[in-house]
Amino acid sequence: MDLFEYQARDMFEKHGVPVLGGVVATTPEEAAAAAEKLGGGTVVVKAQVKTGGRGKAGGVKLAHSPAEAAEKAGEILGMDIKGHTVHRVMVAQGAKIAEEFYFSVLLDRANRNYLAMCSVEGGMEIEQLAVERPEALARVAVDPIVGIDEAKAQEIVTEARFPEALQADVAAVIRQLWTVFTAEDATLVEVNPLVRTEDGAIVALDGKVTLDDNASEVRHPDHEALEDKASSDPLEAKAKASGLNYVKLDGEVGIIGNGAGLVMSTLDVVAYAGENHGGVKPANFLDIGGGANAQVMANGLDVILNDPQVKSVFVNVFGGITACDEVAKGIVGALEILGDEASKPLVVRLDGNNVDLGRAILREANHPLVTLAETMDGGAEKAAELAAAAA
Amino acid sequence: MSIYLNKDSKIIVQGITGGMGAKHTALMLDSGAQIVGGVNARKAGTTVQHKDHEGNDVTLPVFGTVKEAMAETGANVSVLFVPPAFTKDAAIEAIDADMPLIVVITEGVPVQDTAEVWAYLAGKSTRMIGPNCPGIITPGESLAGITPHTITGKGPIGLVSKSGTLTYQMMYELRDLGFSTAIGIGGDPIVGTTHIDALEAFENDPETKAIVMIGEIGGDAEERAAAYIKEHVTKPVVGYVAGFTAPEGKTMGHAGAIVSGSAGTAAAKKEALEAVGVKVGKTPSETAALMREILASL
Repeated sequence: MDLFEYQARDMFEKHGVPVLGGVVATTPEEAAAAAEKLGGGTVVVKAQVKTGGRGKAGGVKLAHSPAEAAEKAGEILGMDIKGHTVHRVMVAQGAKIAEEFYFSVLLDRANRNYLAMCSVEGGMEIEQLAVERPEALARVAVDPIVGIDEAKAQEIVTEARFPEALQADVAAVIRQLWTVFTAEDATLVEVNPLVRTEDGAIVALDGKVTLDDNASEVRHPDHEALEDKASSDPLEAKAKASGLNYVKLDGEVGIIGNGAGLVMSTLDVVAYAGENHGGVKPANFLDIGGGANAQVMANGLDVILNDPQVKSVFVNVFGGITACDEVAKGIVGALEILGDEASKPLVVRLDGNNVDLGRAILREANHPLVTLAETMDGGAEKAAELAAAAA
Repeated sequence: MSIYLNKDSKIIVQGITGGMGAKHTALMLDSGAQIVGGVNARKAGTTVQHKDHEGNDVTLPVFGTVKEAMAETGANVSVLFVPPAFTKDAAIEAIDADMPLIVVITEGVPVQDTAEVWAYLAGKSTRMIGPNCPGIITPGESLAGITPHTITGKGPIGLVSKSGTLTYQMMYELRDLGFSTAIGIGGDPIVGTTHIDALEAFENDPETKAIVMIGEIGGDAEERAAAYIKEHVTKPVVGYVAGFTAPEGKTMGHAGAIVSGSAGTAAAKKEALEAVGVKVGKTPSETAALMREILASL
């Protein structure tokens, strides 16, 4: 899960990272109150969106009074930045910046450890710096067991060529950011810019944090409150409530399968089949997982059939652990539960564990909406054809 | 021959008394695998009852520690069905006992835990497969994991895949030909055994004549495997990559299956593999057809 800037700021503060005052606001009135709370002086009103480039898009504005903060918030709220609607702003204390730096620590998949990156040239897009002036970006591997201890923090600031007078202060902040990384089970903690203010303080001005969803599930119940439920798709929210792994896409063929890899593959096969059927595309990713029973299948169908874009559904299950008869019962049961609401054709391909039983159950039920397919390719073809016919 | 696992492998199950552990202990025994016991500190000294593949009763001892289980049974493989919160400690216990192979089936392990386990493995003798994987099967010989053993039998193809169900699908597509070993390495951002490790082992396995490599979006493991194939693999490799239609920034089920920026796309992986002479199928069935052609020409 990616956090908003204000959530990252609050998390930094909780772990002792120096940050400036910042208050989130969802209306101009709240923005004025926030500016008042921050002393009534100069503030920065910043759009809270999970994408870069908001400054260029006009999503960051200076305000010199609470009234002006309200005015600027009014301009920013509702703005569209790269397809993200701005629902919140953060009203942040103004700072007199002397210098801008960069720091991040992230999971390094390729090397199976962590990577700290640091530069005395902050503020700009780090991808650009890495390409244009790679020598200006220190890259230091971090051992997951040792972590960023005093020696590692010193190595990072030395490699990044911080002047000696600043090294101790910056290293201290880096160690606090490391605490955020481990205590919150992040896969990314990035500060850009990390600044030196005119009065000499090192401050994390803008932070980005990505949390590991597995860890949030296992040991951070408080992370649930950080989820952006307001802007998540209603079908995604419904699926999540039933414990389903669902991603809404922009297409006409609803997909249900078991196992992430097979479902991804099913999306591809349907998209290829769609090329010959009016360009229909997969409508979603839905993995009902291993060992799925009838109820899980019913929940999945319920989500998909409630997507008004869906014209046909392709159920593609390879019964490894999942038994095909359970899946078949789930389909029959779900169609009973949904009754007249189920009005879209279903193509079902079953193979593997108990496949004969599963197919027999579907044949016997003989539901007018259900077509059995012999193969994955054949099922995708049929589902695409039906979607194109209904579109 | 095979890789990592054969008929002589003696397997213990960490978490043998749990729901998943019990269910898959039964299925592994049914495949003919030698399951010799299990571990659960709170149930040490007890036993669990199962049937072997011939239907005979089997009584398996439950030990308090991996070390004890190894000493008593000569186990050289451990399969972990331990809840995600305790997986790190269970893996480290097996590593400390110098277990040669550990297969971590558990899904949902915090990635920092896996990173610590991987760092802990440095310089140790243990090989880890997973986490979040279906495990490994050497058809007709042994099974350490949850892959259905009924799909197909022994044959000339080596298979390595990030995904469980795609492994099953591919084994099914090529069920008339059979497999030397099929290994699911798992879809998490950090896994213990990589495509490259499996490619190296298959290259050295005389029984394996050709290799299917299945990847999916996210990370650059397939690109690195392509570079490895170019330098080190002489056997024919057929590839498949899932996720061509996956949008950027959406996690597709596996924690590792996310496209961020331009990195990790299926198209980039296909291109990298084809650049080193690997034939890449657009679909599982096309991939299977490519493998048939190659085996026919050998």
